Order: sequence, then C-alpha cells, then structure tokens
Amino acid sequence: MTLSRDELIHASGIISDEQTLETSLDQLRGLVSPAAFTGETMLLNMGPQHPSTHGVLRLLIELDGENVITVLPDIGFLHTGIEKNMESKTYEKALVMTDRIDYLNNQGNTLVFSLAVEKLCEIDVPLRAQYLRVIVAELQRINSHLIWLGTHIMDLGASSIFLYALREREYILDMFEEISGQRMMGNYNRPGGVWRDVTPRFMTQVHKFLKYLGPKLDDYEAIVTENPIFVDRTKGIGVISAEDAINWSVTGPYLRGSGVNLDWRKAAPYSCYDHFDFEVPLGTNGDVYDRYIIRLLEMRQSIRIIQQALDGLPTGPTRTTNRKFAPPPRAELGSSMEALIHHFKLWTEGFKAPVGEVYVRTESPRGELGVYMAGDGTSKPHRVRFRTPSFVNLQSIGVCSSGVLVADLVAIIGSIDIVLGDCDR
Amino acid sequence: MAELMDITNQIRHAFPEKVQDIIEFRGEVTVIVDPSAILEVAHYCRYTEGLQFNLLSDLGGNDYFPAEPRFGISYVLYSMSLNHTIRLKVYLPNSDPTVDSVVSMWQGANWMEREIYDMFGVTFTGHPDMRRILMPFDWNGYPLRKDFPLGYEEVAFSFNNDRVMAKKPHPME
Amino acid sequence: MGVSSKLGEMGVITTSLETAVNWGRTRAMWPMLFGLACCAIEMMATQASHYDVSRFGMELMRASPRQSDLMIVAGRVSRKMAPVLRRLYDQMPNPKWVLSMGDCASSGGVFNNYAILQGVDEIVPVDVYVAGCPPRPEQLIDGILTLHNKVMGEKIKDWA
Repeated sequence: MTLSRDELIHASGIISDEQTLETSLDQLRGLVSPAAFTGETMLLNMGPQHPSTHGVLRLLIELDGENVITVLPDIGFLHTGIEKNMESKTYEKALVMTDRIDYLNNQGNTLVFSLAVEKLCEIDVPLRAQYLRVIVAELQRINSHLIWLGTHIMDLGASSIFLYALREREYILDMFEEISGQRMMGNYNRPGGVWRDVTPRFMTQVHKFLKYLGPKLDDYEAIVTENPIFVDRTKGIGVISAEDAINWSVTGPYLRGSGVNLDWRKAAPYSCYDHFDFEVPLGTNGDVYDRYIIRLLEMRQSIRIIQQALDGLPTGPTRTTNRKFAPPPRAELGSSMEALIHHFKLWTEGFKAPVGEVYVRTESPRGELGVYMAGDGTSKPHRVRFRTPSFVNLQSIGVCSSGVLVADLVAIIGSIDIVLGDCDR
Repeated sequence: MAELMDITNQIRHAFPEKVQDIIEFRGEVTVIVDPSAILEVAHYCRYTEGLQFNLLSDLGGNDYFPAEPRFGISYVLYSMSLNHTIRLKVYLPNSDPTVDSVVSMWQGANWMEREIYDMFGVTFTGHPDMRRILMPFDWNGYPLRKDFPLGYEEVAFSFNNDRVMAKKPHPME
Repeated sequence: MGVSSKLGEMGVITTSLETAVNWGRTRAMWPMLFGLACCAIEMMATQASHYDVSRFGMELMRASPRQSDLMIVAGRVSRKMAPVLRRLYDQMPNPKWVLSMGDCASSGGVFNNYAILQGVDEIVPVDVYVAGCPPRPEQLIDGILTLHNKVMGEKIKDWA
C-alpha cells in the first residue's frame, strides 16, 4: 500500500494531526532565509539530546553545504518554573531552589540571592562572613572553569583533559563537603552571612589545593595552548566585535574576549571584593581562542584572591546577630525567652520584607548574574527574577557564527559557556 | 548618589509630562515613565552626553494583580563609560498590555522581551520575532501571572493516595 | 551457577542459558547520554577517573539511542522535554532498562509546579530509582549494581 507524502509524515509522528508540514515551516518564515523553502539550503535539527550541546539545547541550523547561514536556538527544555515557585515559599525556603538554577555555580547563586535579601531588608553582614563568601565564590569559579575546560576541549577532540579537569574538581568538592555537608548544592550562603564557621581542616585543604593547582594549570596549558590543531580550530572563529557585544548585552568572559573591560567585581564591588588586589584579563580579537586564554588566566587570578582572603581572614561572627532575620544558636533556646520566640517566628512564618524592589548583580563565571527582587510586606517574595548570563549571551550566537562550518559551531557553543539550567531556569 | 539624582532631574526636564515619578530606594533610582514615551526616553538615555547608557542589563516584568495598573516592566540600564546604573519603569493596564519594543536601541532586549511575552502576555510592538520562548509553542496561558495556578501535585498520604495516583498518567509498555 | 570445569587444557564451563545471557547483558551495559541538569554533572563525575564507572563496562556513553541499553535519566524532566524523552525511549532496542537518577527524575524533587513532570515514571517504566539531590557517585554506582542484581535474576519467561 502506498501512502501519499502527507500520510507518511503523519504516520511517522513527526508532527501532530492538526498540523501540516506547511504550517510548521510557516513559523520560520521570517527567521530563515527564503532559500530554505525552495530546498537550496538544508534545515538541520541539532536536537535537545546531543553530546556537544552541553545540556538540552536545540539548535535549528540552516546549512548551505557545510556553511552555516542561520542559527536559531530553541530553549525551554529545562524550564523549571523556579521564579513562580519562589512566590509561594518564604525567603529562607526559596534559598534552597537557588542552588539548582545554575548548577555549576551553586555558591554564586545563593550568594546573589542572599545579597538581594540583605539589600532589601537592610541586614548587616559581619566581615568574616564576607571574606568566607569570597573564598567560597572563587573556589566555585575555579570549579566552573574546570568543567568548562574539560567539556570544551573534549568537544574539540582531546578527551584526556576532561579526566584531568574532573580530577582537580574532586578536591574542590571535598572542600565544599567539609563546610556544608554536600558536594554541590551546599546552601552555604544564607541571608545575613554564612551557615556556620569553617573547620581548621578546611583551611589546610585550601592551602594545599592552592599550591597544587598552579603547576597543574601549567601542564594543561602546555598540552593545549600551542597545539596546532587547537589553534587552527579556534583562532579567528566565532568573532564578535566590542560594539556588537555591548549592543547584545553580553557580559562575562565572552565580552572581555572582545577587549571590553567590564567585571562586576571591580565595577560594582560586593562582599568586600574591593579589599583584594587582582587583575581582569582581557582579549583582543574576540574569538574562541581569546576566551579560552581569558578563562585560564581567570583561574590563576582566583587563586590569587583566595590566597589574599585566607591571609587576611578576620575573626568574628559568621552570621548577623540580628535575631529578626537569623535564628539564634540552639544553646540559647533553653535559657532565653526572646531567643525562643525569635526561633518560633522564623521557623513558622519567616521574616517579613518591606515593600520595594532592588536589583543586585554579581559576576558569575558566565557573566552578570543578577536578582531583581520585589517585596510586598509579607514573608513571601512578590517577585524574584534571575537575570541569568547564559540566557542573554545565547541570543548573540547568530551574530558570531555567520559563515562558519558546522564543526566550528560546536567550538563556539563551548566558548560561550552556557549552562541550560541557567538559561531556562 | 547625587549625580544619579542630577541625571534623573535632567531626564525629567527633557520630558516634563512623560516622567511620572522618581523613586529612590536602598541607593537605587527608578524613573517611572509613561508607556507611550518609552522609546523616546530610551533614545535620550542612550545617546545624550553625560548619560550614555549603552548596556541594557535587565528587562524584567512584574504582575500587581489585582491592583491597577497591572503590569510593571523595568529596564535596568548601565553606562560603561561613566559607571552608573539607573532603572526605567513602565506600568501597563490590564486592558491593553502593549508597549513599544526597545530592540532598536539595544539588541539584547530581543529574548528578554520574548520571555516577558511568554510569562506575562505583554506584547511588544515592533519586535521582530514575538513567539514563546520557554514554554512549548502551543501552551495556553501566561505562567507568571498571579491568577495562573502553580499547578502543584498534592502530596500523597495514605488517606488520599488513590485519588492522587488516579490523576497521574501511567506509561504504556 | 552450576559450574563443572574440565581439568586440563579444555577450559570448558557449563552453566544455564539464563545466567550466561544475563551475565553478558550486565557486564557491558552501555548507557545513553541523557544528562539533563545537575545530576548530569554528578554522572560525569562518576565517569571520570576518581569514581571510575568503566570498571563496570559502562564508560562508553553512546549518544545514539539505537546503540545503547540503559537510559539514565539524570535531571529534571520538563513538560517540553517529555515527548522527546518518550521518543528516545521508543527508539532504544530491546532489552532496555531505565534508571531514574536523582529526586527530580524519581518524583519531581524540590520542584512541584506546572513545568516539571512529577517523576519520569509518568512516561517511561522505571527499573531502579536512585535518591539524592544530586546523588553522590557512590550512590549512583549502588543503583547500577542494584540494576545488575535485578538483571541477573531475570528468567527466560520474562524475555519472551
């Protein structure tokens, strides 16, 4: 029995019964070039399940042979509805969900959420807590860049760097487990400071790790940086100019690769970053190679920051003593009536935030991570919006990938460094 | 702080009847603008000497149901050469949630406006590609509105276990 | 295992058909790359050198569903992704198993809202559930070994 073309398409289940092939292509009419409809160019689906898309990203690529003409990202396969879910939880309960937004920058997400709550409710943070936050945030930055290094170089062909990078990462995860009990979703930064003080074992681990990592980064540079295959695959690929990058609201190493000096740790310092002395590496050409060099240099600068923070770590409390926002220590509950009442109010109802809205921005390993928080006088936030870097950076993929080959597209996606949890929330 | 107030006063003098209010909260300055004038104010902020807000940091939406005006769209602008930040805010009524798109000023507003359309139902006139971005293309409703339910599944205890399990889909082999 | 080996250079083992087939299936079960979210990072850490999963024959993660036996659903499944997941499951050839890794894949996890499937067993039949948010690599390996025990216990009448 022969089936007509339409019957075959419906029987294969590609499109639902109500659609026909013409209408599903119709949605793309303004977005791809007219040659796609006549068949001169090919529409290729780089689907949500793909080894090199770093998560569930779907790209619709229009190809002329091997040359890319248009790239249409289709995101939303990991949309979790976190922002709506936070509107029905108290501030401290909503903090639990923030770890999972950008799952390679857990401590950074809780940091920016805590900073927003502190700005909205005017909570003070002790100095020791701010230094500890910096140490943990920079360790998280090294962690994220190591995963980026491993997966990016593995996409380009060298899979041994993947194993080396994940081996270094195990040391950092041990340190996170030491202070918070969990390898990844530590929930360590809380509004008012950090959860609890660090142990002496953590300090020795960090000291040892900082001495260990420098020579290892030299080893990886020796393997990759001058490698002719790597240089051919990345120099001159994925170039974006500085004006285009600023126009498309790009931030992070992606922007600094084009030579624009914008690092929120220097431009709008938060959590005592202005006490530390570090450089911001900049690129010149704006291609994939420059972004690779920048991220390696950023890892070395993070080592420098952590060393300074460890040397100058002050003594003192690690969470605010304002009992309206931070719970009292359990030892006080037996002897003090106010401590008991504060504990009860915080655990049943949570603290109330004033009416108003704030916007706080930090520098995540991917770019500008910001939180727009609006309070309405109750103990649940009225609106929490996460301005995530991967979402905003991914829109410009069409600009920097015009005229490249399909294989270069993989290198470009890796160099933008997207995390789909960050993109879709 | 003082120079931010100078800038906002400069904007207010340039558009006397379009700037509705200037609010200062926790060190941040918000300029509330009439929705019909947002494109002119954005152009002024972008290109005037002394302002030069060339980076659009964030475009966020908020739903104030049941208060009117219902939707609030906030634009956080940053100037790279002068290192200051300002927020423009626009309030839209429930009966007509449309506003001009600022994609011609900052291309980075492209996906941010699509997300607000997807989540709140606010349409931006002049946007090159107004489609859903995070939800499936045939989804009904706008999830982040206050009258859209959270859609959570009841926790299954022993007394309501049968009722909860009956509502869940079960896979065919 | 009814083993009786001949002495000398013959080197023959006798066993039952079920044991031999199940032994072959478990010792080289190839997982399909299905890392969605945070659990995927822990899955990658399990594959790496510290918690080596290659000792179970599983270091070869095939991206194509037609060449894999085991689908490890690692991460939260959103409603937009659910039809894709079902289609990939349908494309896998028999015998196939599903291991639901993490709380989000097993039951919806921390997220109980309009966008997340409350457990991947709403759309595919699951063999082993591994709890954790995200589960440590040791927990994932424990889940894999539980699956191996389950497969070793399969009988001929289950295959037909």
